[in-house]
Amino acid sequence: MKRLPAWSWALAVLVAVLLFNAFLTPGFFNFVVRDGRVFGSLIDVLNRAAPVALLSLGMTLVIATGGVDLSVGAIMAISGAVAAGLISRPAGTPFEGGKSAPALAIPAALAAAMGCGLFNGFLVAVLELQPIVATLLLMVAGRGIAQLLANGQIVTFTEPAFAVVARGATLGLPNPIWILAGVGILIGIVTRLTALGLFVEATGSNPVAARFVGIDARIVKLAVYALSGTCAGIAGLIATADIQAADANNAGLYLELDAILAVSVGGTALAGGRFSLVGSLIGALLMQTLTTTILTRGVSPEFTLVLKAAVVVIVCFLQSPSFRESIQGRMKWRAA
Amino acid sequence: MNRAALREKLPIAITASVLLLLCLGAGLKFENFLSMRVFANLLADNAFLGVVAVGLTFVILTGGIDLSVGSMVGLSSIMAAKLVGTAHLHPILALSIPLVVGAVIGLSHGVLIARFGLPPFLVTLAGLFFCRGISLWISRESIQIDHPWFHDLTSWSLSLPGKGALTAPAIGFLIVLAVGIWLARQSRFGRTVYAIGGNSASARLMGLPVQTTLISAYALSGFCAALGGALFTLYTSSGNAISGTGLELDAIAAVVIGGTLLTGGYGSVFGTFLGILILGVVQTAITFQGTLSSWWTRILIGVLLLCFMLVQKAIESAARRYQSH
Repeated sequence: MKRLPAWSWALAVLVAVLLFNAFLTPGFFNFVVRDGRVFGSLIDVLNRAAPVALLSLGMTLVIATGGVDLSVGAIMAISGAVAAGLISRPAGTPFEGGKSAPALAIPAALAAAMGCGLFNGFLVAVLELQPIVATLLLMVAGRGIAQLLANGQIVTFTEPAFAVVARGATLGLPNPIWILAGVGILIGIVTRLTALGLFVEATGSNPVAARFVGIDARIVKLAVYALSGTCAGIAGLIATADIQAADANNAGLYLELDAILAVSVGGTALAGGRFSLVGSLIGALLMQTLTTTILTRGVSPEFTLVLKAAVVVIVCFLQSPSFRESIQGRMKWRAA
Repeated sequence: MNRAALREKLPIAITASVLLLLCLGAGLKFENFLSMRVFANLLADNAFLGVVAVGLTFVILTGGIDLSVGSMVGLSSIMAAKLVGTAHLHPILALSIPLVVGAVIGLSHGVLIARFGLPPFLVTLAGLFFCRGISLWISRESIQIDHPWFHDLTSWSLSLPGKGALTAPAIGFLIVLAVGIWLARQSRFGRTVYAIGGNSASARLMGLPVQTTLISAYALSGFCAALGGALFTLYTSSGNAISGTGLELDAIAAVVIGGTLLTGGYGSVFGTFLGILILGVVQTAITFQGTLSSWWTRILIGVLLLCFMLVQKAIESAARRYQSH
């Protein structure tokens, strides 16, 4: 029997939730075309899942090297604060004075996000700090930096050219979906059609062996943390453009946890060594579908959190070696 | 100085000298900083964080982590307020029931981690979501506590010389601290915790009760987090479901600054106390300064955390070099 991919559990649950909606939530699969845009619950799920899905793409590679990136939520806040600052130039911030520069906003925000990622990578790869602690640092200080950049205010702006990142649509679909697809395909090509993905997996599964075959684990780690930071920067741009404001306190709050959840649900081993980008995307979609289902069915939204907790525990159980052993032991006993 | 002493004494010596330097610096810059009153306020303001960090120290000493402590504070606080407000329980009862709940939730973390070998990081992450979800379900709005006994307790304080006064939460913190130090240094449980953090395989081979101790450590952390929530409820006289958001990070920062290695095995509860004092002094100094905004606290804590991690790293490699000679 061919081994099923690690994300088949997540896909099965996703299909089950969709089937549940198909029968019990009227209009869940309806599509309406209005003003050249497609509307519908499924499009909404994809659109809303885009930021977490972007985070989980970067997170997948970080986790595959045996690390974790806790700072992505804070990096989203920094990226949003840089973009909003460059556009609205609020008084009292480092961006005060000067002209509004929407053209500069996106590259500058992404550069800041990538810089944060490189900082994480430097701590993990060069100083060899534990990833949880190293990225905890920016998770704590990052929101402080974002507040510093926004002078403790929620920076609002009106700039249609920038809002289009989250609110616009191309070929009928919202732009976040296209951005996600673009980034996903790009990372997929770079990791799966070249040897880079293999290098990442080798670094995560056995760093010593990887060094012996000539892989520089430091460069690999630096690269994946930089990538994770950049993905967080893009997610931050979408979140900021969506509400046309940068909220240093709440932008991306707890999203790092959602992203880790999506990655682990998607079958990427948390110990590192192998990864599945498709699985992480399925995981992110599953989380958003559950949330949307809960909201459309009128259950109080607090239960999303409880449900997420249940999903984490169940998935951990299914992945845990001791649980598998006890099941296998029982099956062998029956066969004998 | 031998290797163990290098790993044990040096971090705490560094932490203590940083604390002294910070106090001296702030004392020279601001009048009245080095007074009993400021110190007593610092204890009262950080009592709940301190209690949470003491419990967390045991989990980190085993080499694990507990991310659920922040939302446990929220759960405990909203539960106590709801029990007084809606169920009309006596505050003593209302403040104790969440402690049992906290211990039970911590216990289930421990069972999942020790018995089934699930990663502590993910299990307690699930706990974080679970507790926050339940507390928001109990009440989205914050609940004021109006009860004569409760009012007496919050307004009571023990006068100290020099216009200082120890409030009930501050005294609670000092008691928990004393018990925590005793537990870590003198009890069989504490010794097993250190042994597991040092090398859990050898601990098992030595016949130590590894599973039971791990489970107890997480239960203790859950209990302390709930107790921290109870103190927070006393401190604010109300319950709020979102209180304690991000508190887990401050608590982890206090433990690390206090010289406990995140890989487990080395560290002390007293160090965590020093860590709490450092966080408190930074915060108080920024308040005294007046012109610096509150977010500088977070940035400074981040910088301090980085410095201490680098120091830990240097000590680790020095100890390893010592070993290879």
